[in-house]
Amino acid sequence: MDYATLLQILDSTIRLATPLLFACLAGLYSERAGIFDIGLEGKMLMAAMSSASVAFLTGSVWAGLMAGILASMLMAGIHGVASITFRGNQLISGVALNFVASGITVLVAQRLFGQGGRTPPLEGEARFNPITLPFAEELQGVPILGPLYYEVISGHSLLVYIAVLTVPLTWWILFRTRFGLRLRAVGENPAAVDTAGISVVGLRFAAVAITGILCGLAGAYMATALQAGFGREMTAGRGYIALAALIFAKWRPVAALWACLLFGFFQALALRPDVVQAVVQVKIPVPFLDALPYVLTVLVLAGFVGKAIPPRAGGEPYVKER
Amino acid sequence: MADARYAIELKGISKSFGPVQANKDIHIAVPKGTIHGIIGENGAGKSTLMSILYGFYRADSGEIFINGKATTIPDSQSAIRAGIGMVFQHFKLVQNFTVLENVVLGAEEGALLAGSLAKARKVLTDLSREYELDVDPDAVIEDLSVGHQQRVEILKALYRQADILILDEPTGVLTPAEADHLFRILKGLRDQGKTIILITHKLREIMETTDNVSVMRRGTMVDTVKTAETSPEQLAELMVGRKVLLEVEKKPALLGRTVLKVEDLRVVDEHGVERLKGVSFEIRSGEILGIAGVAGNGQSELLEALGGIARATGKVTLNGADLPLSGKGADGRSRRAAGIAHVPEDRQALGLIMDFTAWENVAFGYHDAPEYQKNSLFMDNDALRADTERKMATFDVRPPIPTLAAKSFSGGNQQKIVVAREIERNPDLLLVGQPTRGVDIGAIEFIHKQIVALRDQGKAILLVSVELDEIRSLSDRIAVMFDGRIMGFRDPETTDERDLGLMMAGMAGTGEAA
Repeated sequence: MDYATLLQILDSTIRLATPLLFACLAGLYSERAGIFDIGLEGKMLMAAMSSASVAFLTGSVWAGLMAGILASMLMAGIHGVASITFRGNQLISGVALNFVASGITVLVAQRLFGQGGRTPPLEGEARFNPITLPFAEELQGVPILGPLYYEVISGHSLLVYIAVLTVPLTWWILFRTRFGLRLRAVGENPAAVDTAGISVVGLRFAAVAITGILCGLAGAYMATALQAGFGREMTAGRGYIALAALIFAKWRPVAALWACLLFGFFQALALRPDVVQAVVQVKIPVPFLDALPYVLTVLVLAGFVGKAIPPRAGGEPYVKER
Repeated sequence: MADARYAIELKGISKSFGPVQANKDIHIAVPKGTIHGIIGENGAGKSTLMSILYGFYRADSGEIFINGKATTIPDSQSAIRAGIGMVFQHFKLVQNFTVLENVVLGAEEGALLAGSLAKARKVLTDLSREYELDVDPDAVIEDLSVGHQQRVEILKALYRQADILILDEPTGVLTPAEADHLFRILKGLRDQGKTIILITHKLREIMETTDNVSVMRRGTMVDTVKTAETSPEQLAELMVGRKVLLEVEKKPALLGRTVLKVEDLRVVDEHGVERLKGVSFEIRSGEILGIAGVAGNGQSELLEALGGIARATGKVTLNGADLPLSGKGADGRSRRAAGIAHVPEDRQALGLIMDFTAWENVAFGYHDAPEYQKNSLFMDNDALRADTERKMATFDVRPPIPTLAAKSFSGGNQQKIVVAREIERNPDLLLVGQPTRGVDIGAIEFIHKQIVALRDQGKAILLVSVELDEIRSLSDRIAVMFDGRIMGFRDPETTDERDLGLMMAGMAGTGEAA
């Protein structure tokens, strides 16, 4: 494999890791607050359809982004009402919302555009276009680093850079702010939060709302940056891979970045089976590469790569006791 | 009129949950700067009353005065603002947070943490110096002993500038030394002008630490007396409403043949650590062998090995027949068939399924008994319910409703259900662990009587308890365990607490047989 091919693969790694990263951080806020969210996939799908539709109709990608975030937050709100207010089972609520999203996105897109559940292709201002970072062109001649900067670091859409910046921001919020302390506490022991006179319900809704925003960004990125429009089931299980990455990262933001890059790398490899075959000298089936994130996650859960301890109160509705 | 000499004054507090009246017209006045005990049996309404004070519930009627001022406490935040701090029986700490983070949680100074943590660190240092409340502010809670975790709870309350500290059953989880330290801390706090409310069912703690004591019974406040002018017997009578025997009455043991013979019993836990390091003893019919020791010295493993829950090596015979210690036949069902009944140490984890009804719980372990079968396919649930009703009557389980979930009963009544299930099977050997943990006085007396009655029928009983008083009053012979071994046997008539205490600490074990 030559250097140019490697750079190409790394470039796709970053593009493919971005929706995973948004979704993974989305899950992180929710699960750190004690609300399991298996519905990341559904929220991304809703956001992808809404953002693509609105971006096409208005011609503005920003309007599309807003619509995507709102749609995802609506889904998050339903999950919140079901699992926080009515103390329903969080897994069932999440799975149900995934089914709803799977069906309703195609239905709406078909009603609006009549193109078999797709949105028409987005162009120009209706899409997030690549940004060239400063000096990328000029430094291209520098050996090794120049092409790396130009090919891999530069030339992505704005959302990619926002995703990366969300990682330190999330770390800072979780570990340096009052909100973060309370968020982590409510996922570990809501009774401690309650007896300290803080609203468990309020905190959990705040966390779920953030999850909605980040899933909205993930879905909008899929439909308006990574691809040019919405297609049926276009998220293709990324919500689940993001959950796997979250477990792999043991619910820590910086580790989540690395996990998503790793899983993004696997997805990039799956797009280039020829390169994989050239490197390992054996033909590796693409489904095997697709399955790698899950295999790694199972290994983590089985305790082979350290121990993954989820937030202790995760999945359990809080009931005040005497 | 309200009186400012009182830190807390409650007037006519009533609270009902549906048809159950948990508090009926409660009046209480707690003078400032005193330690005030509140005792009562489980279900007497102590916890409800304290939950009202801490804003978890609102009283249906009545008034609350804090330092002479009429106050409403709609939520915990208002209670904290009124200067009330609460140390719950089950700590409300975030296990993987540091001490500092737990103290600051909910009492942060601003949106960023750094300032709050720095301030808390300074305040904590001052508080620990002032009140003997030494805790490392950077320690993570799950690494701390239970005693230290409790100090963190007290620090949390003090950091929120609580003047009134309520402690709910604070010594249930502490070693005797930790409990002594706690009471020193509480007395220190009182001497600094804080008011302490101590909820407990342990009469000795009330007698040793409180200035005044209020007694609750079935939702009402029966009496408030000066501790110096009362006695444990009087308090017990006020609590239960009748005379209570604090000492167990029992006839001399009539020893028969050897029922259980244990030789070189060893248990290795899942981490590969040897928990039981070669234990040997015998129990004869008509004998209660009490195992004394600080929790965690192999007593649980001993019960589990004999009960068929844990794998073991060594040799155990019951009435001369070998009991398998691992593999086939080493399970609870085979043990029951062999004539061993087991009242496990942790009734909520091993003895009952809390969400199941009383009658379902009564069936556990004996669900294949012929009298519970309708035919070869179906169980006779009516017979089971009728049997449960009968057991509930015999064992005075309150309320005597077989269809109520196990979790709806108080600790004492839950234990009575387990004891009824096991004893009524007429076993040759009864294994019983911590029979009266979290059980109120009236029920303790009852359960003790049942155990002694079983012994007088010529059964063998292995009693494990961390309550030394219980071991001493029930046992015919005492074995002291330390670090997986039996340090020695003693005759309860001739030994004293100091001798046993030394053996429990791993010293002075001579191995002499009593």
